[in-house]
Amino acid sequence: MSDRTVRLNIERQDNPNSKPYWEEFELQWRPSMNIISALMDIAMNPVDRHGKQTMPITYDSNCLEEVCGSCAMRINGRGAMACSSLIDKLEQPIRLEPLSRFPVVRDLAVDRSVLFENLKQVKAWVPVDGTYDLGAGPRVDPAVQEQAYPLSRCISCCLCMEVCPQFTEPTRFVGAAIINQVRLFNLHPTGAHLRQEPSGASFQPWKLNV
Amino acid sequence: MANPRIIVVGGGLAGLSAVIKIAEMGGEVDLFSIVPVKRSHSVCAQGGINAAKNLKGEGDSTTIHLDDTVYGGDFLANQTPVKNMCDAAPGIIDLLDRMGVPFNRTPEGLLDFRRFGGTLYNRTAFAGATTGQQLLYALDEQVRRYESEGKVKKYESWEFLSSVLDSKRVCRGICAMNLRSMEVKTFPADAIILATGGIGAIFGKSTNSVVCTGSAQSAIYQQGAYYANGEFIQVHPTAIPGEDKLRLMSESARGEGGRVWVPRSKDDKRAANSIPESDRWYFLEEWYPKYGNLVPRDVATRAIHKVVYEHDLGIEGQPMVYLDLTQIDRKILDKKLEGILEIYQKFVGDDPRDVPMKIFPGMHYTMGGLWVDFNQMTNIPGVFAAGEAEYQYHGANRLGANSLVSCIFGGFLAGPNAMKYAKGLQKSESTNGIFDAEKKRQEEMNNGLMNNQGTENPFRLWRELGELMTRNCTVIRYNKKCQESDAKIVELLERMNHINLSDRTQWANTSVVFARQLYNMMQLARVIAQGAGMRDESRGAHYKPDFPERDDKNWLKTTKAYFAPEVDGPKFEFEAVDVSLVPPRPRRYDAVK
Repeated sequence: MSDRTVRLNIERQDNPNSKPYWEEFELQWRPSMNIISALMDIAMNPVDRHGKQTMPITYDSNCLEEVCGSCAMRINGRGAMACSSLIDKLEQPIRLEPLSRFPVVRDLAVDRSVLFENLKQVKAWVPVDGTYDLGAGPRVDPAVQEQAYPLSRCISCCLCMEVCPQFTEPTRFVGAAIINQVRLFNLHPTGAHLRQEPSGASFQPWKLNV
Repeated sequence: MANPRIIVVGGGLAGLSAVIKIAEMGGEVDLFSIVPVKRSHSVCAQGGINAAKNLKGEGDSTTIHLDDTVYGGDFLANQTPVKNMCDAAPGIIDLLDRMGVPFNRTPEGLLDFRRFGGTLYNRTAFAGATTGQQLLYALDEQVRRYESEGKVKKYESWEFLSSVLDSKRVCRGICAMNLRSMEVKTFPADAIILATGGIGAIFGKSTNSVVCTGSAQSAIYQQGAYYANGEFIQVHPTAIPGEDKLRLMSESARGEGGRVWVPRSKDDKRAANSIPESDRWYFLEEWYPKYGNLVPRDVATRAIHKVVYEHDLGIEGQPMVYLDLTQIDRKILDKKLEGILEIYQKFVGDDPRDVPMKIFPGMHYTMGGLWVDFNQMTNIPGVFAAGEAEYQYHGANRLGANSLVSCIFGGFLAGPNAMKYAKGLQKSESTNGIFDAEKKRQEEMNNGLMNNQGTENPFRLWRELGELMTRNCTVIRYNKKCQESDAKIVELLERMNHINLSDRTQWANTSVVFARQLYNMMQLARVIAQGAGMRDESRGAHYKPDFPERDDKNWLKTTKAYFAPEVDGPKFEFEAVDVSLVPPRPRRYDAVK
């Protein structure tokens, strides 16, 4: 076994109203470790690098394949997905912090529900008549599919909002992820009219010519 | 009952499908999910969704789809529901298409189809290499539409703990825990649908997502639901080994022409690209000339296992073989497989367009699950199940790209059937106290875990469980090993009594949540280990070297495990399989079927 180690400094916060604090960890290095496997190691042995007992880190994760969008956090100061962040490519000690533009739930887990609320605001769906069998959908030029597909791959990680100086209360800018969905649904013939109707809302990004 | 209230647990394809149908029928739905539903495990499905639309002039039909599915499943699936699914599949694709799924297209603008394992037809519709993600998003969008109309209420960051049963063992609601506030609460419902996905975590590392623990299925099994065919675990032949999980390399890599090989000599130290054709062994193509690299998953998995462990030909002595795409034009790869190639590049560091990938089989899917009738209802009245959480559509082995269609079809059946059931439900006379009693039972479990002063760490116990199950209850099974595994799980369960949670706080405490899941994983692991030990034959994904043949005389039957409180573990019953449509015949992929 190698005696190489991995050093991590993690910003922790016990609940939304408490003060953040830092803890330092030193773990056994293994080949092809990512941030998630390091956090798993801490859960198996929650002891900091000074030998003090502590608690496993709370963080969001699910697929670990960079497609569910859960495990976004700040890694060495930069927004990234923990699952695809390989330890060997990061300068140590590695700093882990929660995303800065969303309320902290605990430790590295934040509340990103604003994204899902805004998806409702822009009516990000195709208004089908119903789910009964109505025959085939409209033909789609492969060139249009090639435009739509990359837009539809957005994983709702919210990193675009994390880094965006316009994602603020005064601008009411909802973030690139939402505008991206508007573009996606405006490519689809069904219900495009819905997304151009005026509405009482003060902010209507679906009217934008994007 | 005028306006039924239905609870759906799980927001993957099956759960969302059920929600959409119920909302459309005017029911009220509460949707519970551990993660925001858009982050459910269905996003991980890569390759595609099967439907015999016969758009390639091959003479494909839903009858052939049925035949491929029951044949691929080694005749263990009840055939009537499989037929219904295959018949419905083309309509489901049309619906998804209308919902805006960016399926790949032919030059004429029609849906494109590709080939998958276990069939000779181009039957798989796909959206790049992220079909599951695209399908989940389409259904998520429709549910959001209903949510904005007030027809659906989402409870995200809530975990199902148990059902609430009345004195006649009829389901009247659920008990769930808020994963932030840790509040335990009961919710009344006229029917509930469990669409809680897979059980990968029982095997430690798998291709499944973190939430796929099987905890909900296990909880309801411990409350009296049958768990069927638990011993049938699909090990995907091509996974990328990793420290935190096994990442799937989709079957579509082989569907698009990927070739599996190893160097003919175990001492061959050359880089893969510099090994000439004559020194490569394309063992799948040699052993199965008709299907080649596209044999079904169980066949491919055992072949790789054999090459590595019996022929000792793993790459550099490691348990790995090559999956080679380098002979395929880069442009085609980018267009059809970009998503999965990125995964390899991202997590391994090599570009599979330039160098062959290194892969090895990994736990991927459970064919087994909650026993349901043809209406998707379990044996507990009012508890329905759909998707990977139930057992109904795949028999002893699932064909690639059949999972997405079975999830959606199952959800589309479960939703309306739950509504129908709820409308006919008699009001219970005795619900007084049952909600409080269940809440109390669950709170006591939490308190027990929180106050325990033992020495065992739940995450380390989980590692032990995973390694045990992977070693003894996946690709190859021996009776002795199955028995040893069960005894070892009992020991692990005992050690659960000495657990020590390093986190005893009451806010977003992941340790207590995980400890609860772990207990349920262990209870379900016993069903798998004992079921595997009992079934003395080889069928589909279940392979015993000591019983290498399928034994229809004794084992053409569904395993049904039920929890017996007196032994604190599973007991078993068996049920005849519906083989009314396709008479069982030997399953062989080395010759024309």
